[in-house]
Parts: sequence; structure tokens; C-alpha cells
Amino acid sequence: MERSSALIGSLFLIISISCLINPILAATYGSGDGYTVAGRVKLDSLATKGFGLSPKHSETKVILNGGQRITFIRPDGFFSFHDVPAGTHLIEVSSMGYFFSPVRVDISARNPGKIQAALTENRRTLNELVLEPMKEEQYYEIREPFSVMSLVKSPMGLMIGFMVLVMFVFPKMMEGVDPEEMRQAQEQMRQQGIPSLSSLVAGRS
Amino acid sequence: MEARFLLGFLLLLSLLSLSFSIYEDQVGLADWHKRYIGKVKHAVFHAQKTGRRRVVVSTEENAIASLDLRTGDLFWRHVLGKDDVVDQLSLSLGKYVITLSSRGSVLRAWNLPDGQMVWETVLQNSNPTDSFLHVLGNVKSGRDSLILACNGGSIQAVSSIDGLVVWKKDLSVDGLKLKHVFQPPESDTIYAIGFIDTSQIAVYHLNAKTGELLKHATQSSPVDLSSEISVISGDSLVVLDSTRSSLLLIKFTAGSITHHHKLLSDIVEDFSGTAELIPTKSNDIFVVKAPSSIAFVKVRGDDEIELIGKADPAGIVSDSLTLSEEEQAFAVAHHSSNAINFHVKINGREILTESIKIEEHRGHVNRVFLNNYLRTDKSHGFRALIVMEDESLLLVQQGEVVWSREDGLASISDAVPAELPVEKEGVSVVEVEHTLLEWLKGHMLKLKGTLMLATPDDMAAIQAMHLKSSGRNKMTRDHNGFRKLIIVLTRSGKVYALHTGDGRIVWAYLLTPLLQSKRCPSPSVLTLHNWRVPHHNALQENPSVLLVGRCGAGLESQGFLSIVDSYSGKELENLILDHSIAEVVPLPLADSSEQKLHLLIDNDLNAHLYPRGLDSLKVFTSEMANMYYYKVDNAKGVVKGYTFKKGCSTWSSDAYCFSTRELWSLVFPSDSERIVATARRKMTEVVHTQAKIMTNQDVMYKYISKNILFVATVSPKATGGIGSAGPDEASLVAYLIDTVTGRILHRVTHQGAQGPVQAVVSENWVVYHYFNLRAHRYEMTVIEIYDHSRADNKDVMKLVLGKHNLTAPITSYSRPEVTTKSQSYFFTHSVKTIAVTTTARGITSKQILIGTIGDQVLALDKRFLDPRRTANPSQEEKEEGIIPLTDTLPIIPQSYVTHTLQVGDLRGIISFPANLESTTHVFSYGVDLFYTRIAPSRTYDSLTDEFSYVLLILTVVVLVAAILVMWAMSKKQDLQEKWR
Repeated sequence: MERSSALIGSLFLIISISCLINPILAATYGSGDGYTVAGRVKLDSLATKGFGLSPKHSETKVILNGGQRITFIRPDGFFSFHDVPAGTHLIEVSSMGYFFSPVRVDISARNPGKIQAALTENRRTLNELVLEPMKEEQYYEIREPFSVMSLVKSPMGLMIGFMVLVMFVFPKMMEGVDPEEMRQAQEQMRQQGIPSLSSLVAGRS
Repeated sequence: MEARFLLGFLLLLSLLSLSFSIYEDQVGLADWHKRYIGKVKHAVFHAQKTGRRRVVVSTEENAIASLDLRTGDLFWRHVLGKDDVVDQLSLSLGKYVITLSSRGSVLRAWNLPDGQMVWETVLQNSNPTDSFLHVLGNVKSGRDSLILACNGGSIQAVSSIDGLVVWKKDLSVDGLKLKHVFQPPESDTIYAIGFIDTSQIAVYHLNAKTGELLKHATQSSPVDLSSEISVISGDSLVVLDSTRSSLLLIKFTAGSITHHHKLLSDIVEDFSGTAELIPTKSNDIFVVKAPSSIAFVKVRGDDEIELIGKADPAGIVSDSLTLSEEEQAFAVAHHSSNAINFHVKINGREILTESIKIEEHRGHVNRVFLNNYLRTDKSHGFRALIVMEDESLLLVQQGEVVWSREDGLASISDAVPAELPVEKEGVSVVEVEHTLLEWLKGHMLKLKGTLMLATPDDMAAIQAMHLKSSGRNKMTRDHNGFRKLIIVLTRSGKVYALHTGDGRIVWAYLLTPLLQSKRCPSPSVLTLHNWRVPHHNALQENPSVLLVGRCGAGLESQGFLSIVDSYSGKELENLILDHSIAEVVPLPLADSSEQKLHLLIDNDLNAHLYPRGLDSLKVFTSEMANMYYYKVDNAKGVVKGYTFKKGCSTWSSDAYCFSTRELWSLVFPSDSERIVATARRKMTEVVHTQAKIMTNQDVMYKYISKNILFVATVSPKATGGIGSAGPDEASLVAYLIDTVTGRILHRVTHQGAQGPVQAVVSENWVVYHYFNLRAHRYEMTVIEIYDHSRADNKDVMKLVLGKHNLTAPITSYSRPEVTTKSQSYFFTHSVKTIAVTTTARGITSKQILIGTIGDQVLALDKRFLDPRRTANPSQEEKEEGIIPLTDTLPIIPQSYVTHTLQVGDLRGIISFPANLESTTHVFSYGVDLFYTRIAPSRTYDSLTDEFSYVLLILTVVVLVAAILVMWAMSKKQDLQEKWR
């Protein structure tokens, strides 16, 4: 079983007309000049077999060589490409909400049907052609839950904060000043014609 | 130090803006998404006693969809690959949709309720034409039913439950083409009938369970047979002979074949010419379309035939619908001015005639699919799906159009933006309905939303309010330039104007009927251009668009022009030209009535100037010396540059015809290079500044020229797709060419790289995407080109003394020293198309819009594609916003402008500026349409919808309160002091 399910190895040249599709992972048959690349897309919610897929998953596409061929996944996540010539190919999975790394698939010409697969993003070799999303994709910005900090950080919050600072810290700073000097300074200010806040407001009222 | 801090703060802000992102509740505020399917070619009605009635369709865009028969909404839709053309559609077991595609080689089953693919089988196919499916209803092997896929001379029986091939029979007869399979009820024998070449009729009896050949018989035919057949019952069919003037009735019972030859002139009176047999499947009735009429013919017994009904030859006949054993219904529909005449005939007798009013812009009827329903009084009611010339789909029932779908929009070939009318004074289209209280209430709700205190009900209210209030659907121009029209051209030759607010169709105009009435039999529209964009000279004139097309399929066929008003969709002018059209060159010139000048290049390389007027001629001839034209010949691998000169040989008397003279040519060696992609700057792009200030206070001058052409070539072996060439035999060469002089500004070779190449040119840079075979990953490269001759203009003294060459005109005639900077990065996905954002004044930073293989549009900041990126940027560089170099371009999910949506079969992205500098419109099209507005550097020049006015008011109130408190406090203190 291990051998047959292993990606490398298991080649059955189609001799007869039998084209029973053996849903063994990545089992490959040559038919004519091409081979079959079969694999499985594994999404978390696919674990439950049957038709319990959300509509999102029924849209999952598997793409060979940048759009040369497109196939869809079955309810159990299996997919296959038939008549793929020997060479190095690229398989991509498009599924909304998930980020899949493209997979490099080498079909050996000298050793017919020998298939090797590796993720191109992190060069990880795959023993079986089981494609799992590298991460989930969140397309929306998440709103920060309400917090006092975010309010304080906003420009208006900063304004209020500064005012509060002025209200409470400045009088404290004033305390340190010698009352004589203070009076002098106030005198000076009056002479220069810079009205203090109190006189300004009081003067109006 | 403070400056540092400020810079740091700015950097923080700018980093925040690296990705375009929206919150979930902002969906639909600026964007809209429309799903279409394309022109329907097959339709199967799903008859279900209860539940939702649906119709399953396949289309010419290779889409399979299930539609709600009541509303026309999509239940599900799949778009197959480009080469995966659907040949046949069928239902099986009442729950599977079976499709045969890829020229009869791929058989798939889809779950009817949700569209999940259930199985897929690849059929071995010797003869990639003439395949057909036959779903056997009554083979009871378990609860399974078999699907017979016939192809040439072989039959494969596929189980409809799991898609396994139960048996396969190759009849191995040369020249055999099976035409029909049939299984009598309650029998285990399958009869397959076919023609051997065109002269012999063959019947095979097969065991339904094993495929074993039981018996076969052949008989030669008295006439040469065509491939047009019509099945008139399980065991008999009608075939047209190869002269298309007579019929052969074939009956095959119990191993023998009998045939009767009938002349069509005996059936249809005054028959002449050739006839068509409309392929139908019905009991004893077949339909012949003769030039004079459509005849419904009934077959009685073995050889008796009788004409039972006639119809207008302009009509389109549906497939037959079996109502009961003896009753066959056909629908005939034809178009007359602004109505469809819809007839239903049962056994040739007309029982229903309806005239259904439709919009004029839908054209002729192309296909009809008939369906019936039982009325409460047990009589039959009829409804029909009608596919029109403009590819729209209508459901008609009881003399009315129940719903219609504008599926022509699935095949957009070109799109241009256009302005809406200016709002006239005193006339407001949508009145401002807000009272102050409502306004406050709305903003309280918004505040709740931003503070995450809102309940779901509130959220819904906010959403609804957003959609309603913003006035985005008004039919007038707005100050910010958010409301515009997008004028699109579809494959069927229909022009639509879409409103950017909600994507609704403002007007639609079908070009073809008018042209066909003139001497233009099969028009095809090629491109769409802005013809008149009034600015100041001709403000009273409406803007208009120009449509250019050909009257026939060949390149040599004569061209036509049509000018359509962009406000109303009325055709203003329509010209059938006496020359062909190879290319349209819009010039950056306009005549006094603000009509833009266009040069139409014909196949003999003569240039024809439009509009024709003395005024435009004067404008053009004065600029002619500076006009250049280039032509890329992909097949020959040549790029040639031309100049214009007066007069041309073919139309010597025509003052508007100019001949071209070859200036230069660039020949790529055909044994090592093939042109795969070209790209050039958008003519309308605005560049804000030529100078770029580097971190070390140095200045680089961008080489900004509208004449840069990017050409990519690959080695001949690598022209196929990925997987066809090895890394050693593939190479890609990228060129930057000046199209005036033919000078190669830059050339770079990527060893081991191949196409497909997607490229975009903007300002002084080009970004292109290709496949790197060595790493087996996609790569994107940026090339920036700088003008070196201006590089010494950084001395202030020189500038003051005027010893600089900055005022020297930038011209392609001079040969400035250019330097290039380049960098490459890996990119994860395949790319279908690339575009770049454009803004009104070119100040806002750019984003590259990438249409990925997953049909999403990714907005990637240009700063990720900056050749100055290094692995460890210095402090200064960081402050300037240079991102540390990584080998792969990041894909931030939030920067998908399409967020959770997909633009099925994405083909193109266009970006056009709004009046507000920060904002740009993005419209992407494929089978679906998606529009949104994005702000690549955030909306720095206006308050966003997010801005909370309530918070502002609250702050002001708090401030006032604080002032009052302080005033009271200081007064009290004053008083105390005075008492002291």
C-alpha cells in the first residue's frame, strides 16, 4: 500500500482499454505519450466526506502550467490531469480564502512515470501530491475592538490629552516660580499688551 | 532631531499605506461586482415538481451555470479552461449535470443543487470531432444509469454515479461515424447507427450491460449522405443528402435497414436552392429549413410524409418538446423591429402566438429553448429562453419578458472611461433629503460602528445608509470625479455605458443592424476610442466615442467607423470606408471642435486621417513632420518605424490619405528570438516630476519619453507553455526601444526564462512578469531608465547662473546617455494581466494591478518593485521608504482590491484617474465585471467616509466646556486674590 500510494514509483502503463480511475494518490499511468498526474487538495473543512462542501470550496480550481488546463476538485478533494507529457510542470491551486504554494511537478522521461513534486515557495519536497494551504487569507482589515488607547491615539484624543496636560501640569510648573517674579512677569506681559486668559475671558463678559 | 522624529512619523504613516485594504463593512461602498455567463449555447430545463425551478446552461465563454428560472439569478457557475469548450450538456439521474467538453474527451458530472464537481472522466478519443452523449434512462444496473459517449466508431459507457467506464466498444470500422444510439424500452440491446464515409449506413446491436457486439448490418445508400440528421423516433432518422435537396428516411428494425428517398421539392412547394435540416429529436416530426419557409414534416408509417406546418424562414426553431406521446411542441421566434414574434406549434399546428415587446438594441433572435409548465387547469403553458444577437438572455412567458440578463457583458473586448453630464444649476437630480437630526443620527451610528459598539442591526443600517446617501448613483458629474461612465465594447458589437456608482447600464447600443442594412454584411467591431472629450472649446457638444471595425472576417475587408454620443448612446455618424483597417492610431491632437484626430492605417500602410475636415488637416499637416508610427510584426519578428508623407498612390485624389516611409527596422533573429509581448506607455499618462531625489541628496532624472516600447522575445523552443522547454534551451530577452529612431535603449537577457510575458510601462519604468525555469517560479523584473545627460544639473550655482540644460526640450532626436537600474523578484502566482494605477496629476505613488490566475486583482505597491531596494537599507534609505530587499514579492491578502470576490476568467484591467489626485478608478473585466476606487497612498486630499464628524464635534464640545470651566476657575482665583 505504501508503495502504491507513494508519489514516486507506481506507474502503470495503460496497455488495455481499461481506464478505471484508481483513486490512489498520485498514481500515474501513461496513456499514449502522456501521464496522469493525480493528487489531492486538503482543506480543513474537507475532512468531512460527502457533499458537505461549502459553495466556496466547490469553486476550488487546480491549474496546470498557468492556465493550460484547469480542473476542479471532487468532493473528497481529489483531482487529476490526464495526458500530461514528460517534463517539468507547475500546478497551482486557486481557492478563495487560502494561500497555496504552486507545486513543481517533474515527470521523468527516462524513467517513465516517475514523478517528483516540490513546493516552489519553500522548496519542500512532497512525498505525496497532497496540497495543503500554506495559510488562510483574510481579505478584510480587522477592526480593532474599542479601546481607550485607540481613542487617545486619535488626533482628537491627542488634542484633549494635551489640554488636560496644560490644565494640570502648567499650574504645577507655575508653583515652582517665585510669586514675585511671577508678578513681575505678569506686569511685563500686561505692559506688552498680551492679555492673560482670565482677563481675556473676563474682559469679554 | 525633531525632523527625524517627523520623518519617522511620516514613514510610519506611509508604511501603513503599503497595502490597499478595506474593512468588511465597507464592501459595496465604492465597489461593485456583476456576474455574467456569456452567450448561452445549450440549455436544459430541470423539471422538478417541487422546489426551485432551474435551468442549466453552458455558454460560449465555457461557463456552466445553473439559473433560477423565476429570476434569472445564478445558483452556481463554473468557468472552464480556455480550451475546454463544452460540446454537450445533459442531465442524469435528475441530480447530476453531465458535460462533455474538450472536443469530446472530458466528461464531468456536477451536482445540480450546489455545482460541486462529482466526478471527471477522460475518454480516449481517436477522432476529436463528432462526439455526442446519450444518457440512457432505463438501464437498470442497480440504480445506476449509463451515459454513452460516442466518438467516431467507438462507444464508451460511463456510469453516472462515479464516472467509471463500464465498458468500451471500438467498432473499428474505417470511416465510421456514429450518429445515433437508441435503446428500446425494457430491452438490453442498444442500437447504434452510423454512416461509413458518405455512402453506407450501418447499424450495430450491442449488449447494454457489457458492450458486446451482438449483430451488425450495413447497407449502401442511394445518395451521398451529409452529416445533418434529425432523429424522428428511436429507430428511425432523417438525413439530408450532400446536395441538400433531398432526404433519406432510414429505419432500422431487427437487424434490417430500410430507407426511402424523398425529394424536398415534393414536400415543400416552390423549393429551390439548398435546405438545412434542423437537428431535433422528436416523435415522427422533423423540421426542414428551406430558403422560402421552414417546414414541419410528419412521418407516418414507413414512407409516408406530410407537411403539417410552415413558418417564416427568418424564424429560429427551438428543439422539440414532448408533451405527450402524440404531441410535439416547437417554438418559432423571429424578430421584427422592436418585438419578438413568438409562436408555439403543437404538431405543426399553431396554438400560441405572442408578440413580445423588447428593447430595440437586442437585435435578432439567435437561439430559442422551449419549456412548458402545467397550468392549474391542466393545460400547457409555455415559456422560452431566448438568446438574442447581443448575447443577452431573455425568459419570455405569457407575452412578456419575465427577466433578462445582459450576458453580452461577459465578452468585453475594450473599455474606455467617459464623463457624465455637468449638473445644471437649479436642477438637482437627487434631492438632499437630510434634516439635521437625521444627519446627526447617521453620524452617531457611524461613530458606534467605528467604536465597535454597534449591534448587527446597526451595522446593517449603516451599510444601507452608506449606499443610499452618498449620491453615488447620480447621473451628473461630481466634483471629485468619482461618478463616471465606463463605455465598453463587447464581442457581439454592442456598446454599453456603465455607471461607476453601481454598475447599472445607462444605455446600450447594438451597432450591427444598421451596418447590415448598409453594405456591411458581417461587421465585427475592433476597438473603441474617445472621439470627442470637450474641455473648453466645445463645451456645448456632448462627448462621444469612436468605434472602429471591419465589415468582414478577413483583414482585407473594408472598415467602418461609428461615432456614438456618450451621454445618450445615440449614433451620430456612421461611415463605411473604402479601405481596410489594420491599426488605429489615436493622435494627441484635436481639431477646433475638439474631435480627436485618428489615423487609420490600412493594410498597404497608407494612413487615413479622421475626422475629415480642413481644420483637422491643417492641424495634422503642421505636426506631420513630428509624427512617427511603428508596427510590430510578431510573425516575422520585425519592428519597423515609419514617418508620414503627403499623398498616397491608391487614393491619389484624397487629401486625407498619407503614405508612409520606412525609417528604420529592427529584425530579431528568427532562429533565436520570437516576439512574445510588447508594451508601451499609456498616451494619456501624466508624470508629475522628472527629478527623483536620492537619499544622499543626489538628483536622478527620469528618462521620460512617450516613445518607449518594451519588446520581449523568447527563444523559439520556449514559445510553448511551461513544461515544454528545459532551462537550458530557453532564454528571454527584454528590449527598450525608442520608436522614433529605432534605437535600442536597453537590452537584457534572462537565461532560462520563458513566457508568457506580461508587461506594463509607466513613467520611466517597465515591470514584466515571466517564468524562470531554473527556479521553476515566476519572476517579476523592474527596469528603471534614467537620463544621464542631465545628471550634472545639481549644482545650485549652475542653476542660478542658468548654465544648465533643463530647459532643453526632451526629444527623441537627441541621443541622451541613459542609465538603467534593474532588479528581479520572485512572484508566487501566474499572472493573466498587469496594469498600473493612473492619477490625475501623477503625484500619487503608483500601484501595480496584477490580475492573478485565481481571478483576483492584487494591488502591489511600486515600492516593492524598486531597484534601489537592498537587503539592509541604511537609516536614510529607511526614512525615504525603501523596503528591505526580499527575494519574493509579498502577497498581502488585504491588498487584493477584489477582496473576497473573483472576476471570473479575468481578461483585462483598466485604471483611469478621478479628479481627486489621490484616487483612481479600477475596472476589471472577464466573464464578470468588478469596479472599485482605490487610493494608492490613502486619501490624503479628502476626508474619508470613515471620518467621524461626531467625534470632532464631541472634541469641540469638550474643549469649550474645558474653557468655560477654566474661565470659572480663573475668575474664582482672581476674586480670591483680590480679597487677599
